[in-house]
Amino acid sequence: MSKILVGLKRVVDANVRVRVKPDGSGIVTDGVKMSINPFDEIALEEALRIKEKGGASEIVVASIGPAETQQQLRTGLAMGADRAILVQTDTAPEPLAAARIFLKLIEKEDPAIVLFGKQGIDDDNNQTGQMLAALWNRPQATFASKIELDGTRARVTREVDAGLETIEVDLPAVFTADLRLNEPRYVKLPEIMKAKKKPLDTLALADLGVDTTPQFRTLKYEPPAAREKGTMVKDVAELVNALKTKGLL
Amino acid sequence: MAKILIVAEHAGGKLNQATAKCVTCAAQIEGAQIDVAVFARDAAQLAAEAAALAGVTRVLRVENAANAEPLAAVLAPQVAELAKGYTHVFGPSTTFGKDLMPRVAALLGVGQLSDIMVVESPWRFRRPVYAGNAVVTVEAPEDRILVATVRTASFSAAPQRESGQAPAPVESASVSVELPTHTRFVERSAPTTGRPDLQTATRVVSGGRALGSAENFQMVHRLADKLGAAVGASRAAVDAGYAPNDLQVGQTGKIIAPELYIAIGISGAIQHLTGIKDAGTIVAINKDPEAPIFEVADIGLVGDLFTILPELEKAIGA
Ligand SMILES: Cc1cc2nc3c(=O)[nH]c(=O)nc-3n(C[C@H](O)[C@H](O)[C@H](O)COP(=O)(O)OP(=O)(O)OC[C@H]3O[C@@H](n4cnc5c(N)ncnc54)[C@H](O)[C@@H]3O)c2cc1C
Ligand SMILES: Nc1ncnc2c1ncn2[C@@H]1O[C@H](COP(=O)(O)O)[C@@H](O)[C@H]1O
Repeated sequence: MSKILVGLKRVVDANVRVRVKPDGSGIVTDGVKMSINPFDEIALEEALRIKEKGGASEIVVASIGPAETQQQLRTGLAMGADRAILVQTDTAPEPLAAARIFLKLIEKEDPAIVLFGKQGIDDDNNQTGQMLAALWNRPQATFASKIELDGTRARVTREVDAGLETIEVDLPAVFTADLRLNEPRYVKLPEIMKAKKKPLDTLALADLGVDTTPQFRTLKYEPPAAREKGTMVKDVAELVNALKTKGLL
Repeated sequence: MAKILIVAEHAGGKLNQATAKCVTCAAQIEGAQIDVAVFARDAAQLAAEAAALAGVTRVLRVENAANAEPLAAVLAPQVAELAKGYTHVFGPSTTFGKDLMPRVAALLGVGQLSDIMVVESPWRFRRPVYAGNAVVTVEAPEDRILVATVRTASFSAAPQRESGQAPAPVESASVSVELPTHTRFVERSAPTTGRPDLQTATRVVSGGRALGSAENFQMVHRLADKLGAAVGASRAAVDAGYAPNDLQVGQTGKIIAPELYIAIGISGAIQHLTGIKDAGTIVAINKDPEAPIFEVADIGLVGDLFTILPELEKAIGA
């Protein structure tokens, strides 16, 4: 039976109002809530559902990040994953390096399905799954909103600009989850206790023999340009007038 | 000198406007040679469209029955092969480009820069991160091909060449690479017709969770029709089934830049706002005066949409 590998990235929680540090060196992360990237939670939920329907035997969650990422992996285990792998590093790898690291994990784990989120809500890159599929020389089905497995193949509905697109891919393959693939379950307390006993292996990035030298240099962070303060109108007539004044009606 | 390859996006036998926006972005790199590659089963018509765009140096037709549908796994090895000899390879930051370009980059063994919003130099760009809460200036190495996607809302479409100016030369390019058969196109939902396209419309009317039902959401459609506008929706409205997914505006939907954006019953979560930051005028209608949408709105009206919309329709007239 087959294995599913799920990528869980540790990111600033989606509800945090992100602020740029005054010196422009990054964003404020001190004391800020960190979570599993929301798309990755959806990816994991999908893996759990596949396993619950008998479509997989084991779910391995993996993350590349600092030691604290254990928290997010434990949450993944509490959601129902069987095993976790942390590739520990204090410097966040660029997507290509992350894909190379995941390729190493694939060589070890031999999964039939790799499930990622479509994008990390930190850098909004939307790259790692596609890059991994390329390096692995396997199919990719990005922006998935429905995954139907059929033996050695999968039919995936994708959310594209034009609406919905369906493709068929041979397994093994990489899928990236979109928002409407499913709604992730809540973790219950007993599961959090159980998760503490599940295996979580830590690998040192240096031991994997992957080139993670960054290619890009981030020179500075800035807050986005603010929009000018607008005006409030009190009724529809004023609204219509305001639009006419601006030449929009 | 910069030699830029742009991967054209097209559908239904027409070039997507995103391609012309990539041309504008590329043209901001001084002295750049700009080639547009059209991958299709039959690219004659599309190539002619691309050749008519101002700023384009050359158009490459890459024709193959396997290119009938835009499958990233099939296109990527061809783009990667064609990319050799170029300094930059650009694609639009649409679902097409986001799917394809990272695969191209990985095949070339290089990283990718997502969502170029400002060109500062041939190797220095600005792009949004954290749902647009921050903008970073990034420098790419000069010694390898730069693969990037272009944030289409940040650039206007390149105009047609001036009358009298000859179209760019069109050449057939053959790429001899093995194409995978592990990925197959099945179907695509029929495009919603009749209304302006959300990504290119100059006016957009969007509805949120407050509409309450697919039936009520028709009010948004009616107002849009009166204004000749495209219809958009918040994620909550799409999740609830009031509107199809291709109407979602925001971080994970469409990033748009219409002249007029009217948000009805939308709270203005950061993930939504990031999709409309480049709009000319934002109008917000919301019953909660504290709703964050009013922080970005140019014109705000506090009130119940169910009384405001009928009044507004009447006031606008036929
Ligand atoms: C990873 C991630 C990605 C996301 N991506 C997107 C995205 O791309 N696009 C997006 O839109 N969202 C996105 N979201 C969701 C986003 O955070 C919000 O949940 C969503 O935008 C809320 O939609 P809404 O404003 O319609 O609903 P609500 O937040 O529920 O707001 C409804 C509003 O309607 C008002 N209202 C209620 N009744 C009336 C009435 N009768 N008349 C007038 N006003 C009324 C209320 O005051 C309220 O402000 C994302 C979230 C996450 C975590
Ligand atoms: N450091 C990481 N650890 C675990 N998963 C990751 C990491 N980086 C990227 N991923 C996966 O790749 C997806 C896309 O990320 P990105 O390309 O950064 O937008 C994420 O949703 C994750 O599933």
